[in-house]
Amino acid sequence: MQQVIELVERAKADAGGIASPRVIPIHAALPLNASEAEVARILQICNACRYCEGFCAVFPAMTRRLEFGSADTHYLANLCHNCGACLHACQYAPPHEFAVNVPKAMAELRGQTYADYAWPPALGALYKRAGLTVALSLAGGLALFLVLAVAMAGALVHAPLAGNFYAIFPHNFLAAVFGTVFAFVVFALGMGVRRFWREVSPARDDPAGTARVRGAAAGEAAQDALRLKYLDGGHGEGCNNADDRFTLWRRRFHHCTFYGFMLCFASTGVATLYHYLLGLQAPYALSSLPVLLGTAGGVGLVIGPVGLLWLNLRRDPQHGDAAQKPMDRGFIVLLLLVSLTGLALLALRDTRFMALWLAIHLGTVMALFLTLPYGKFAHGIFRSAALLKYAIEKRLPNRLQLGSD
Amino acid sequence: MTPDVLVIGGGNAALCAALMAREAGASVLLLEAAPRAWRGGNSQHTRNLRCMHDAPQDVLVDAYPEEEYWQDLLKVTGGQTDEHLARLVIRASSNCRDWMRSHGVHFQPPLSGALHVARTNAFFMGGGKALVNAYYRSAERLGVQIRYETPVSSVELDGDRFVAVHTERGERIEARSCVLACGGFESNREWLREAWGQNARGEWPADNFLVRGTRFNQGVLLKHMIEAGADTIGDPSQGHMVAIDARAPLYDGGICTRIDCVSLGIVVNREARRFYDEGEDFWPKRYAIWGRLVAQQPGQVGYSVIDQKAIGRFMPPVFTGTTAQTLPELARKLGLDEATFMQTVADYNAACRVGTFDHTALDDCRTEGLSPAKTHWARPIDTAPFYGYPLKPGITFTYLGLKVDDTTAVRFGGRPSPNLFVAGEMMAGNVLGKGYTAGVGMSIGTAFGRIAGTQAARAAQQKNHQEAVHAAGH
Repeated sequence: MQQVIELVERAKADAGGIASPRVIPIHAALPLNASEAEVARILQICNACRYCEGFCAVFPAMTRRLEFGSADTHYLANLCHNCGACLHACQYAPPHEFAVNVPKAMAELRGQTYADYAWPPALGALYKRAGLTVALSLAGGLALFLVLAVAMAGALVHAPLAGNFYAIFPHNFLAAVFGTVFAFVVFALGMGVRRFWREVSPARDDPAGTARVRGAAAGEAAQDALRLKYLDGGHGEGCNNADDRFTLWRRRFHHCTFYGFMLCFASTGVATLYHYLLGLQAPYALSSLPVLLGTAGGVGLVIGPVGLLWLNLRRDPQHGDAAQKPMDRGFIVLLLLVSLTGLALLALRDTRFMALWLAIHLGTVMALFLTLPYGKFAHGIFRSAALLKYAIEKRLPNRLQLGSD
Repeated sequence: MTPDVLVIGGGNAALCAALMAREAGASVLLLEAAPRAWRGGNSQHTRNLRCMHDAPQDVLVDAYPEEEYWQDLLKVTGGQTDEHLARLVIRASSNCRDWMRSHGVHFQPPLSGALHVARTNAFFMGGGKALVNAYYRSAERLGVQIRYETPVSSVELDGDRFVAVHTERGERIEARSCVLACGGFESNREWLREAWGQNARGEWPADNFLVRGTRFNQGVLLKHMIEAGADTIGDPSQGHMVAIDARAPLYDGGICTRIDCVSLGIVVNREARRFYDEGEDFWPKRYAIWGRLVAQQPGQVGYSVIDQKAIGRFMPPVFTGTTAQTLPELARKLGLDEATFMQTVADYNAACRVGTFDHTALDDCRTEGLSPAKTHWARPIDTAPFYGYPLKPGITFTYLGLKVDDTTAVRFGGRPSPNLFVAGEMMAGNVLGKGYTAGVGMSIGTAFGRIAGTQAARAAQQKNHQEAVHAAGH
C-alpha cells in the first residue's frame, strides 16, 4: 500500500508553489486583461461553490451573474473589503490546484481600477508608484511652505506671535491655495467615480426599477460604508489579519482614522464659517469649537493610523497585493504625519517655532491633498460607489432562476 | 509525557473527540496525517449539519421532528441502518449546536441554490473549512497538542486493550486511551479497484473514479484494525458517489465540480445512448444515484447535453461546457459517434410531450414511447447553442467501517475494547449502510466524535485511578 507519508511530502512540495493554477476558460463579452481574467476565473469557481455567501456583499452580488465581464470584475473587486475571511475558509485556496485567493485577486484589480479611472488619465500612472508619489509630494509640500514662510515672514524662528498663523501666511492666501487644491481633488475624484459608475451601473438595465429603489439603497449604502459593515466578518467577530483568527481591531482603527479625518475636516469647516460668517478670526481659544474638533480629530488620526500600520505589518502575506503595500503604508504614514504635525503646531503655536511648525504642517497637508486622487484614499470613493450599486442591485428582481431552490 | 487521550485524525469527528476529552479534563494529543494547509480531512469540504428540531431555531425554519428524520434515513439507507444508533445521532443533532458555537462555529441561513434544505440543515458560515479552523483554534486554546504530518501506520494492542500507535516515521506513541477518527478509504485507489472489481467489459471501473475529498483517506488504520480482528460493518463497494465534472481534479474537487443540469437535458454514454430517466425527480434528490449510474457505463463516463433554453436555470458549473452551434458539431467535439448521437436526440425530441414547463415543480413535460423515459422537464433539444458536460463518478466517502454500539468502543468478536474508540467515517456505516442525505455525515461525525471523546477521557481517568491505587498498594 502507498505510504501516506509520501502523500504528505508531495502535498508539502505542492504547497511550495503552484506552477500553473488550473485555467478555467470563460467567455467574456470583451477581452479581459490579466487582473480581470484572474478575478473572472476565480469567481467562476466561487459561483459554483458559494460557501462564503454569509461573509460579505461580494458573494451575493456574484450569484446574480453567470459570467464576469470587465465591468463586473471591477465592481466586485471594489465591493471587496479585503477582510480575508473567504481566503481562510476556502477549500480551493493555495496549495489547491485551483489556487483561489479572492482577496489577492480583488486587491490587484482594485489597483488597476484606481489607475484606469484616474483623472486626468495620464496621472493614473502615479498609482503604480504611489509610495514614491507620496514621498515626493511630501518633500515638495514641505519645501514649498518652508520657502514661502521664509519669504513671507522673513525667518522660520521668530518672536512669539500668540498663535496668530495669519502673521505668517495671510488668511486669504491660505484659503485660495487650499481651496483651489481641494476643488481639484473633488473634481478629479468625481470624474473618476463618474466613469466607474457609468460602466458598472445597474441603471442601464433597469432605469425605472433603479429610480424606485434609489433612496432606500442610498441609505443602506451610506450605513454600510460609515459602519464598515463588511469588516464584521458576517458574524460580528471581525475580519482576519495575521491568520484565521478574527479581530475587530481593523474596523476600530479604521473608524478612528476616518472619523478623526472627518473631525479635522469639520474643524476647518467650522473655522471657515467663524471667519466669513461670524467675523471671528483665528487664533481660536483652546476651548473653542474648531480647536476642540481639531484636537479630537488629531488624536483619532494618531491612534487610527498607528493601529492600522501595526496591523498592516502583521498582515498575512497572502492577503491583498504586495505591490500595493507602499501605497497603503505611504497613505497611513502621511495621515499620521498630518495629525502629529497638527498637534505639534497646537502645542507650539505660542512659541518662537510656530512659523516652522506651521510650514511643516501645511506642507504635509498639501502633500495629502495633492495625492488624494492618486493614492489609497481613492479606495473609499470607489468602495462607496460599489456599495451603492450593490444596495440598488439587490433590490431589483434577479433574472436568474437556478432551480435548486 | 504520556497523554491521557490520543486522537488519530484531524477532521470533524477527531476534533469533536479531542475537544470533549479535553473539556472532561484529559490531556489530549491529536495526530493529523496531513500538513497544516490540508488539515481537516473531508470535513473541509462539508457545508452543513442535518438537524432535528421541533420548532424554528435560529437559522432553521419550521420543524424537523425525530420521526421524520428517522424515516428519511430509513428511506435513503433502504433499511441498512441501526435504529438505536440512528436515533442517537438524530437526538444529538438537536442539541449539539450550542456546544459547536461555544467552540467558534458560526451558522447561517441556507446558501442560494440550497433553499430546499432550509428546514433540515444548518449551514456553517464559510463552510466546513471555517468550522475546522474554529475547532483547531479552540483546541489550541484549550491546550490540546496537535501534530501535523504524522500519519499513523499501526495500533499496538494488548488483547482488546489499546497500548500505543506506531507512526509511519517509526515513532511509538503511548496513551491511556485512543480515538480512531481518520476516515474511510475512498482515496486509496488500489483498495477501490479491489472492492469494485472487474466488470463484464473487462474494465476496472474504480480506475475512472475521481475522489471528491482529501487524498489522505487511505484507510491505513481501517485495514489495520480489520486485520487485527476488529468487528466490521458495511460493504466495501458502498459509498457516497455522485456524478461530477470529468475534468475535476483527482482529489479535493469538493462541491464546485457538481453538474446540476442533468434534469434539464439528456445524458448519453460514450456510445451516445441514453441510459436512465434524467427527470425522475428533483436533482437534489437524484444526484446521489447518478454516480453509480455513470460508473456502470462503458468507460465510466457520461455526457450531460442541454440547449440554450436551460441556461440560467441551474447552478453554474465550475468548468465551461463544450459549446456548439449544431448538434452534429457538439457530437464531434465531445468525441461521440455523430450518427448515433443524432438518432438518440431525434428519438428523444420526437417523444417529448411538452406541457407547461416548470423546473421548480414536478411538471408535466415527459416523453411518450421512449425507453428509458424522461418523466419530467422533457423538452426537445433544439435551440442553439448546445452545451455538453462530461461526467465521471466522484466518490465522496466509503461506508465500510468498524462495528460499534452507543459507546463507540472498538469491538473484537463482540467484546468492547476498554480504551479504544472510533468515530466519524470509520464507523458511519453503522448508521449509513448505503445511500446519503445532505448533512448527515457531519451529524454522525459530531455525535459519535463527542461520545468517543467523552468515553476516551473516562477510560483514561479510570486507568489513572487504577495506576494510583496500584502505586499506593506498593
